[in-house]
Amino acid sequence: MKTIPATAFAILFLSLAVPPPALAEGGLKSLRGDRPIGEESLQPAFTKWQHDSKPIARQFIQQPPVIPHSIEGYTINKKFNKCLTCHSWANYKKAGATKVSLTHFTNRDGVELANIAARRYFCTQCHVPQLDVDPLVPNAFQPVELLNGQR
Amino acid sequence: MKLNRREFIKLNAAAATAAAAGLSLPGISTALTQYRDTIRWDKAPCRFCGTGCGVLVGTRNGRVVATQGDLKNPVNRGLNCVKGYFLAKILYAQDRLTRPLLRMRDGKHHKEGHFTEITWDQAFDIMAEKWKAALKAKGPSAVGMFGSGQWTIWEGYAASKLYKAGFRSNNLDPNARHCMASAVGGFMRAFGSDEPMGCYDDLEAADAFVLWGANMAEMHPILWTRLADTRLNKPGAEVHVLSTFWNRCFDLADNGIVFTPHTDLVILNYIANHIIQKKAYNREFIDRHTVFTSAATDIGYGLRPEHPLERKAANPGNGSMTGISFEEYARLVEPYTLEHAAKLSGVPKEKLLRLAELYADPARKIASFWTMGFNQHTRGVWVNGLVYNVHLLMGKISEPGNSPFSLTGQPSACGTAREVGTFSHRLPSELVVTKKEHRDFAEAVWKLPEGTIPGKPGYHAVLQNRMLRDGRLNAYWVQCTNNLQAAANINQEALLGYRNPDNFIVVSEVYPTVTALAADLILPSAMWVEKEGAYGNAERRTQFWRQQVKAPGEARSDLWQTVEFSKRFKVEEVWPEELIAKKPEYRGKTLYDILFANGQVDRFPAREIVDDQGNRYDNDEMAHFGFYIQKGLFEEYRRFNVGGLKIGHELAPFDTYHQVRGLRWPVIKGQETLWRYREGYDPYVGKGEGVRFYGKPDGKARIIFAPYEPPAESPDEEYDLWLSTGRVLEHWHSGSMTRRVPELHRAVPEALVYMHPEDAKARGLRRGLVARIQSRRGEILAQVETRGRNRPPRGLIFVPWFDEGRLINKVTLDATDPLSKETDYKKCAVKVTKAKLV
Repeated sequence: MKTIPATAFAILFLSLAVPPPALAEGGLKSLRGDRPIGEESLQPAFTKWQHDSKPIARQFIQQPPVIPHSIEGYTINKKFNKCLTCHSWANYKKAGATKVSLTHFTNRDGVELANIAARRYFCTQCHVPQLDVDPLVPNAFQPVELLNGQR
Repeated sequence: MKLNRREFIKLNAAAATAAAAGLSLPGISTALTQYRDTIRWDKAPCRFCGTGCGVLVGTRNGRVVATQGDLKNPVNRGLNCVKGYFLAKILYAQDRLTRPLLRMRDGKHHKEGHFTEITWDQAFDIMAEKWKAALKAKGPSAVGMFGSGQWTIWEGYAASKLYKAGFRSNNLDPNARHCMASAVGGFMRAFGSDEPMGCYDDLEAADAFVLWGANMAEMHPILWTRLADTRLNKPGAEVHVLSTFWNRCFDLADNGIVFTPHTDLVILNYIANHIIQKKAYNREFIDRHTVFTSAATDIGYGLRPEHPLERKAANPGNGSMTGISFEEYARLVEPYTLEHAAKLSGVPKEKLLRLAELYADPARKIASFWTMGFNQHTRGVWVNGLVYNVHLLMGKISEPGNSPFSLTGQPSACGTAREVGTFSHRLPSELVVTKKEHRDFAEAVWKLPEGTIPGKPGYHAVLQNRMLRDGRLNAYWVQCTNNLQAAANINQEALLGYRNPDNFIVVSEVYPTVTALAADLILPSAMWVEKEGAYGNAERRTQFWRQQVKAPGEARSDLWQTVEFSKRFKVEEVWPEELIAKKPEYRGKTLYDILFANGQVDRFPAREIVDDQGNRYDNDEMAHFGFYIQKGLFEEYRRFNVGGLKIGHELAPFDTYHQVRGLRWPVIKGQETLWRYREGYDPYVGKGEGVRFYGKPDGKARIIFAPYEPPAESPDEEYDLWLSTGRVLEHWHSGSMTRRVPELHRAVPEALVYMHPEDAKARGLRRGLVARIQSRRGEILAQVETRGRNRPPRGLIFVPWFDEGRLINKVTLDATDPLSKETDYKKCAVKVTKAKLV
């Protein structure tokens, strides 16, 4: 690549590389941290999936539970759904897994079904696994006290 | 009655089931009453994509404590995607901006100074000083604004008034330019009226679905749930997926097609040719409802005019169309044979034939969906037209299930950017600044002297960055968007433009994004349910919400900011004397008096906002300005579409939308319209007419031939791979909200480079190693993924753009469709090498 922009930006952003002291509370940072916009990317972090664990507590009743294990290599297609091999009502006891919520047996029109509703078939649209990383920024969301007291 | 969490969940699930089955369980009402007492639930549309799902927002003690899918909303019927379920958390990351911040040194503004807290008064002081200086030195072309498809309807409308009428500058454009300007161009050329003829009900009504460059499984997950529902339940239903790489949609595909970038132009012309060769076309429909034309060719790539490609083009930016006969059209598509299409696209013949035969089957109802694969395309307007050609040849349009459907990526790309008309060439309700009749109408509604609105289009999104860099656009305001992450080729354009010492850049934001950090002044904004708002989704559904909570600190809505800023200008400072002389009663008044306290916008007195349960809500803008400003703006805006110059865009009265789960326009006599242009569904189509495309004076749609022309940049010996950019399910656009939700961050902490394992191997790379991705313009680092959710063919890589830590738009090329001015983010040439780790 041409070198002109890189040098130009280094000079341009020299002043930004210093945390702004005028901000009393730790300075203003983007999610790049102290790394100026024109400079090199952050080093990719080498992360691991969280260890297979017990269910992770929800923050509110309606939150879809996050997946407490890796799902790498899982297939969910029109012929096969790997998640259901453990989480279906037929298999959950044997697998020691959480069973699919009863809410998943209702179709778009509110009709009760004998099996999981097709619109709920692709599990990963709502349920996501968790890598072992810290939040980029602390989040001050507070769950309602009804749940707070129960953890 | 006290419940532990487990009991509560069980009870709640049982209650939901019982409610769905129309039963009531003994004892359950008492338990739930306690829950209801603690949380106030009220409806709002989701903050993220263009699907427009309904959510219920749960608040307690002035804070959002939960959200859930709204069962009553027909879009999503109680479902949300993972982002939607975590909406409550986007408000509360600890780095919310709460005070205006100005770059200062030695007590005053300095381009290289540190961000320093100032008051709103001081912020507006320096803004007014800079705007006045720019206007005085160079006139209205030196001031500009970049807005958003995430603006509420009234925020976009107020900004449009302030710029187009107040400052008399058309340098107002939304980020929606990056997202669906090509779709708008396609609609206007083919139908003379913007936005889809169909609606989401097509997801249940169709027999077959074709996705053209729309990774719906990740980008429109709730539409995908409806599509999957139909595919898995309806006998004979099938799904065809076209993309330049394998993605999650292929999990449901009956015919998955990975094609060489840009050859969608070839495939669509082949399908048209197939329909004609097989004489499968609907002759009666063609004769009655369409006109054949051919587009001007060799139109360039929307690069800077001095670029060799622009100099080489015969007709740069030429959007003209020439009338042709059906026979001439047939001859033009004739070279696009199956063999030719297979060769150029790299797709096996049987897959292309299966797709063509599907379209050519008069008995199958087909919904075609597309998003950025078509729109972010240097021939985006053309390719939008080509898919209409196929539907029009068969007459498969404007009826349940037969539906060419352009989706959008932002919650109000339709409702605000398109309908309010915040583009550099537009006025509300599809009027354009270039037509005197349209300007006259807008000036009459806005009570302005004739000649106020300039007749020349202003700088569009990409041109704004170029003009900032060139020092011709000097006072610039960005609201509700993160363009230093979103714009292509940021190293060589936007970044230099923002940091140009001639320019004063203001960014209204909720979090410290890279765009905010590149600014001179940051204004802290209220977001989503911290204000009363309205969005319009991709199926023409307008949805309102009430203010649920207060914004933190001194954060204020973009509406408040725009309107408050207008108070800083006396009309004499912005309008020439001869214009004021036409309306002498405006002498000595401020832009606020003229634009907002104009007897129309301030017509509705302040009142309490109460829902039908008796819950009370704040409206901080109403409290501040002393009148119901959202209602006043909306009702004035409605005068453009009820009894305006163009029929078919009617909206319902303001108060109606607070009662309903949205309505799809045109709303005629209180009734929404599901399918436009079709007798029996659209009241503007008379008895016996069957179909009438009334956006065109002759009532006929245009079938527009356009050929294959090569992309602006293709892989060569040195830069030997295609780069496509895009999104992921867990993060929305630039990630400034979703990356601050811990659960979403943990799911996808950073952008990966998705590539073929053989391509990785050939470069000494493998899964998990760090690659350097370089183009002629810039470079980034990213970890290699070869087995993930996206699996490119050899020769192409995919990198999502949500990650501020690795800005892929340093690498992309700012070539645009020369007609729509929308950037092609899907195609440029890069090389990938193993990164040396430091």
